[in-house]
Amino acid sequence: MFAIIAGGGKVGYYLAKELVQQGHEVVVIERDQQRANHIEADLGSIMMVGNADEASTLREAGAERADLVVAVTGDDEDNLVICQVAKVRFHCQRTLARINNPKNGEIFHRLGIDDTVSATDVVLSVIEQEIPQQHLIPLLRLRHTDVEIVEAVITEGSGVAGHRLRDIKLPAPATIAVIIRDGQSIFPQADTPILIGDEVVAFTTTQNEGALREALLGE
Amino acid sequence: MFVIIMGCGRVGARVASELSRAGHEVTILDVNPDAFRRLDPDFAGVTLVGNGIDVDVLRHAGIERADAFAAATQGDNRNVMASQVARHIFEVRKVVTRIYDPLRQETFEALGLEAISPTVLGAGAFLDLLDPNGRRQRERHEATTDSERPTGPQT
Repeated sequence: MFAIIAGGGKVGYYLAKELVQQGHEVVVIERDQQRANHIEADLGSIMMVGNADEASTLREAGAERADLVVAVTGDDEDNLVICQVAKVRFHCQRTLARINNPKNGEIFHRLGIDDTVSATDVVLSVIEQEIPQQHLIPLLRLRHTDVEIVEAVITEGSGVAGHRLRDIKLPAPATIAVIIRDGQSIFPQADTPILIGDEVVAFTTTQNEGALREALLGE
Repeated sequence: MFVIIMGCGRVGARVASELSRAGHEVTILDVNPDAFRRLDPDFAGVTLVGNGIDVDVLRHAGIERADAFAAATQGDNRNVMASQVARHIFEVRKVVTRIYDPLRQETFEALGLEAISPTVLGAGAFLDLLDPNGRRQRERHEATTDSERPTGPQT
């Protein structure tokens, strides 16, 4: 794979290092000459000094034949523009942007960026998984859809506790995929009961999250 | 009409002041509260401290009912991002963006933005005064480069 990485900060540097070690072809575009020299001393001649949001720089880096353009500068707006220029001018197959504001994930997707990664979101989801509370925890959002995988821990107050799956009316669309009980995964059938302490993993849509929370965790 | 302007530099402040004087409802955004000193003393609109690339800030400014949006900060990418959010996410009818870099202007016009490049306009004004006879030739040249612009998804 040939990847262009825009931004030679810490994220760009470690990403380049990993990809190079995996045997991929990598070019890193970095504005700062000193920073570029520093990385080049470590990883070899993979650096290009310039502004990645300029079409001429991307062309010189080889954007026309890149399998992937990853924009990991510190600014959301720069990462958006880099990916859009790669798409519009060079028809790059896949673009990935780092974002700071988690709300930009949806926006970037609607503006044509294939994937986004938000450190804020990652930290947030780890924190949410750590704190025991009556919440539906979003685990994963399926790419390019509004389908989500969520998790809920069944407590005493939950209306579904003690009932078999066939007797539980879930608000559509929602499907219980896995129940984790005492560390074991159970792929539930119609007669599988839901017990207090179960971790229930379900598929639903972002719009239906509230209704599902109510159904699984409400009294 | 109700206009939101992002960036209270010389251009932003002037556009905001003129529109306000003409009786339009104006909200102007800037990350730096000192920037609002550039506004006309009679400016009757709203000033709001915040970054226009943040959807929450745009919502707070009233983007959902805005008739027009103008991005006039110093940063091309900030202008491009905020304008696309205004145009494609909030569906503001009229969106005007300042883009210094002429190449980037072409790229984002292909993506449906209406852009002004002070570089192109400024250089053109200089050239018209320095070399008035060359004007026709330049216009012909521009017409050819126009047709060579990249085509992208139009919205």
